Amino acid sequence: MKTENRGWQHFSHGADLGICGWGPSHDAAFEEAATALTAAVTGAEVVPAMRVDVSCEARALDLLFVAWINAVIYEMAVRQMLFGRFAVRIAGYSLSASMWGEAVDRGRHEPACEPKGATYTELAVSRDAKGRCTARCVVDV
Amino acid sequence: MDPARFTRMDENSWRIEPVGAMRVPAIIYASEALLRDMDDKVFVQSANVASLPGVVRAVYAMPDAHWGYGFPIGGVAAFNPEEGGVISAGGVGFDISCGVRTMLTGIPISDVRLLQRDIADSLYRQIPAGLGSEGAITLAPVDMERMLKGGAHWAVEQGWGDAADLERIEENGAVAGAHPEFVSDRAKKRQRREMGTLGSGNHYLEVQEVVEIYDAAAASAFGLVPSEIVVTIHCGSRGLGHQVGSDFLAEMLPAAEAAGIVLADRELACAPIRSDVGERYLGAMRASTNCALANREILGHIARKVIRHFFPYTEMPLLFDVSHNTCKVETHRAGGGSRELFVHRKGATRAFGPGHPALPEALRGVGQPVLIGGSMGTASYVLAGMATSEEKSFSSACHGAGRAMSRHAASKQWRGREVSDELYARGIIIRSPSSRGVAEEAPGAYKDVGAVVASAEACGLARKVARLAPVICVKG
Repeated sequence: MKTENRGWQHFSHGADLGICGWGPSHDAAFEEAATALTAAVTGAEVVPAMRVDVSCEARALDLLFVAWINAVIYEMAVRQMLFGRFAVRIAGYSLSASMWGEAVDRGRHEPACEPKGATYTELAVSRDAKGRCTARCVVDV
Repeated sequence: MDPARFTRMDENSWRIEPVGAMRVPAIIYASEALLRDMDDKVFVQSANVASLPGVVRAVYAMPDAHWGYGFPIGGVAAFNPEEGGVISAGGVGFDISCGVRTMLTGIPISDVRLLQRDIADSLYRQIPAGLGSEGAITLAPVDMERMLKGGAHWAVEQGWGDAADLERIEENGAVAGAHPEFVSDRAKKRQRREMGTLGSGNHYLEVQEVVEIYDAAAASAFGLVPSEIVVTIHCGSRGLGHQVGSDFLAEMLPAAEAAGIVLADRELACAPIRSDVGERYLGAMRASTNCALANREILGHIARKVIRHFFPYTEMPLLFDVSHNTCKVETHRAGGGSRELFVHRKGATRAFGPGHPALPEALRGVGQPVLIGGSMGTASYVLAGMATSEEKSFSSACHGAGRAMSRHAASKQWRGREVSDELYARGIIIRSPSSRGVAEEAPGAYKDVGAVVASAEACGLARKVARLAPVICVKG
């Protein structure tokens, strides 16, 4: 979903790829950034056929964002799935989330890369004066 | 980068004088043209690494250096544990022990051309590559422990390799000091079905033709013959290594803080070598290295089966298998004597010169093979380590071309189909599950590997032995 209030984009990094999500809350920004991660792998539709729940925590909000993206990467890897819809709930420096997706279909999804891990490079979680939240980092692919 | 920022040591060596928090200088090896094309981040990251506790002599950046995570990719730094030296997860990287192996075949290119499409299709079917592909091996917990300790030896014992390979693999196929118990359950779960898989990104399997010999004696010792093909595999420790990198990057941030280490960049997260976190990371990192060595041995085994299907009874001896994301304990000269140091090589290849005792007897007179990967349409190189590299770079050399353009920019500039068609017209068959993945890895997105190698040779890091041209490339 890309509206005036929320959305995602990729940004350049020397060897890898940056993901950025924004929205009216940190929950929304984290959800959009995870959508950007999926879009780094495939441009095809991801059917929300199955729900997976995850949780993580960290010492700071930006480190929580790294933990969240790493949690998505982990579930992608062990379940061989892609996720297209996310519902994130952040309380303090703890996060719980549900994500919906389907098994990778190599013919339809044509996965362009296999994310290895979120990095601290270009890592930032912020809220601007208008209340728009942003979460971003570079992902090693 | 602006050359004026450096003290020029010679045609290909540029020194960053130690200022501020830097404990040692940083030296970048590159021609002036390569240096000018390098990202300014290489300067900043090299200087940052030179500020870490226990760093000795100098930090070095290879001619293919580019912006990395904490350390520049193409960075080499050694730390003395007796001087509070540190180990850094970022200094090894997320793909622990990513590396290259090259196998000889003795098959003339003319024979391969007749079957090129069939061989490409067969390799693509048999080599699991990219997200959504699965290997034929599922590891039970007890096998996981054995693999993480045994490395390529374990793979050979399982029947997925050749015992003759072992002496041609760095550390003779298994690094000592691996502690599988320090590898998280999540990392092990991630690896359970990934043995014998190639991965994606810049990982590949290539069938290559030996097109040019620069050093006839070394080529003869290496078994490289013009117009014959070789098979080269580039990959690493797969999901296990990635997870170990993520796990310890998170753990080393508070560890550095607790040790009073001020980090210029959080990606430099590190821990004293002589600390609980440092020793656990070493144990887990060495286990991950063994995972990479086992994985490449299995991939080599699969490749041999495919090639022998088309060319029965072909011997495919291993030329060499060497990693370029590592931290190794090695003896080097520093501080007026020989020291046991922890040498980080992030996107840099160990390059022992002639006579080094770690080399197998057949290679000792020539120097270690240094395998430099290309980028689908461009050449790869086989170099030989030089004795001068000990003083120059703790016996290290470059590892590849290095990216000149981001994936994001490359996918906007090229279409995968067009890249594949253009390469096909040049006699190169590409097999990949992803058109966009091919575009992101387009040869034009990389630096001129020939210039990188020429610079490495001019610096005395490693000398050219042979040039290889791609014939078939399987990418994840």
